Amino acid sequence: MIRFTNVHMNYPGGNEALRNINLHIEQGAMVYITGRSGAGKSTLLRLIALIDRHSRGQIIINGQNLERVRNRRIPIFRRHIGFMFQDHRLLNDRTVFDNVALPLVIAGYRHQEIRKRVQAALDKVSLLTKVNSYPMALSGGEQQRVGVARAVVHRPAILLADEPTGNLDPALSWDTMKLFEQFNQVGVTVLIASHDLDMIKRMSKRIITLKTGRILPLGGTPTAS
Amino acid sequence: MTPANRKKNTRPDKTFKSELKRRFDMWLLQHAQAFIFSLGQYIKYPISNILTTAVIGISLALPASFYLLLDNVRYVSSSWDGSVQITLFLQTDVDETRAAEFANTLSSNNNINETVLIKRADALAEYQKLSGFAEALNTLDENPLPNVVLVKPTLDSADEAETEALIKELEAMPEVDTAQYDSRWLKRLLYLLDIVNRLIVILSTLLAIAVLLIIGNTIRLSIHNRRSEIEITKLFGGTDSFIQRPFLYSGLWYGVFGGIIAWLLITISMQMLHGPVKQLANLYASDFQLIGLGFGNSVILLASGIALGLIGSWIAVKRHLRAIEPV
Repeated sequence: MIRFTNVHMNYPGGNEALRNINLHIEQGAMVYITGRSGAGKSTLLRLIALIDRHSRGQIIINGQNLERVRNRRIPIFRRHIGFMFQDHRLLNDRTVFDNVALPLVIAGYRHQEIRKRVQAALDKVSLLTKVNSYPMALSGGEQQRVGVARAVVHRPAILLADEPTGNLDPALSWDTMKLFEQFNQVGVTVLIASHDLDMIKRMSKRIITLKTGRILPLGGTPTAS
Repeated sequence: MTPANRKKNTRPDKTFKSELKRRFDMWLLQHAQAFIFSLGQYIKYPISNILTTAVIGISLALPASFYLLLDNVRYVSSSWDGSVQITLFLQTDVDETRAAEFANTLSSNNNINETVLIKRADALAEYQKLSGFAEALNTLDENPLPNVVLVKPTLDSADEAETEALIKELEAMPEVDTAQYDSRWLKRLLYLLDIVNRLIVILSTLLAIAVLLIIGNTIRLSIHNRRSEIEITKLFGGTDSFIQRPFLYSGLWYGVFGGIIAWLLITISMQMLHGPVKQLANLYASDFQLIGLGFGNSVILLASGIALGLIGSWIAVKRHLRAIEPV
């Protein structure tokens, strides 16, 4: 569950990224956040992951008030979140296996358990054959799917994806979205920031539209289903 | 996964004790991972790492070998130290019988512990044997050497004034030509060694700082090169101690291998010096042998390397790791 109450976010230097955001996303929902560049999509995700701290208001994630999460506890908090990025951000000097295993290694899982879960995650994104490859040897779409596997391998409660399809062609984008939908169906709350409005509308999920740091009232529900 | 269904994963009989054991196991596992990972990183870039380690090794070997040199000089001089010895060269007209009587009378002096007479004939024989001038000495008509009495005073060698008084007293005796006080130059040598010792301490400190800087800078570069990895790790919930662990272990490896290189350098040098030193010692009729590092000093050398490696990497980690935040 994600709840924003009167949340403001000012970056140092006076840039007001979010203004008076009120938002409620139920557990297990799949939500798109859209809007132009600079509308505040990324900022919203960054606040949820405690990469930045909000300036005013209250954010509650899975019953935890983020103001009460001390800096020292941020790593533990983040272990319930999976991340996806437009530029994949894979580690090029590590194999696909090691890349996907990273969240499990961080959390201190045993080797057998890591092997099992990494294989399951790679199987899910149909990349089991590439387990020993290096990211540079993969196509853009494959790299993106490695990113997906890494984001879900530790079974996070929330999946945050920042422009996950930004570099992909429409067919691959659609496949990626379908993949997210599958994870959503097993109970993961999925938040996707994207400006690919056509595709978002076809997915017929809840859409939150941001404009200059505010939520547009009409953007709250999909216009077609 | 919400906190609610996380709980389902935990076994119901899980007690506080087993939770503690699980955490300890995890801690141990992550240390083992960092230990092996950092060693893997070391092997992955052999050239640059061996160069860095060689510099560390040389920096450790320099002060250590100076200490060893000082140790050896101290050992040699220790056999002279404490036994202040006055050498009395008797007048040439004093023959051996009178010299023996004279030595005997001196022995009864309260300030004198022991006297040893070196007869002129014995002195000549010994000199001929050791100096290599046997031929030249044979051509001489008579023995040019005087009888010599070695005097060991009972006085405390540290008390300069009393020793001086004794020397004056001995020099005034008619049989005595000159009295030579052997420990004057020994004292000078000891003071000189003190200065050298200080210099070594200063040098060691400077080189230790150099090692810290080398390791600190190497770790700083490695942190810089792995910036994106650190960011991702922080994003997926890696704690500061998790992230800094492999860097600290890298510092440890630099220290360990640097210490081993230093040990090898010193041991090889000692082996090379062994032969010539033995020949020199033979000339002085001494069975002196170079003192090597020994087990204790080897341990100290390795421990210094490890300590410097850990401290250097720790400083670098504290200064540079905190600054990296996910973006």
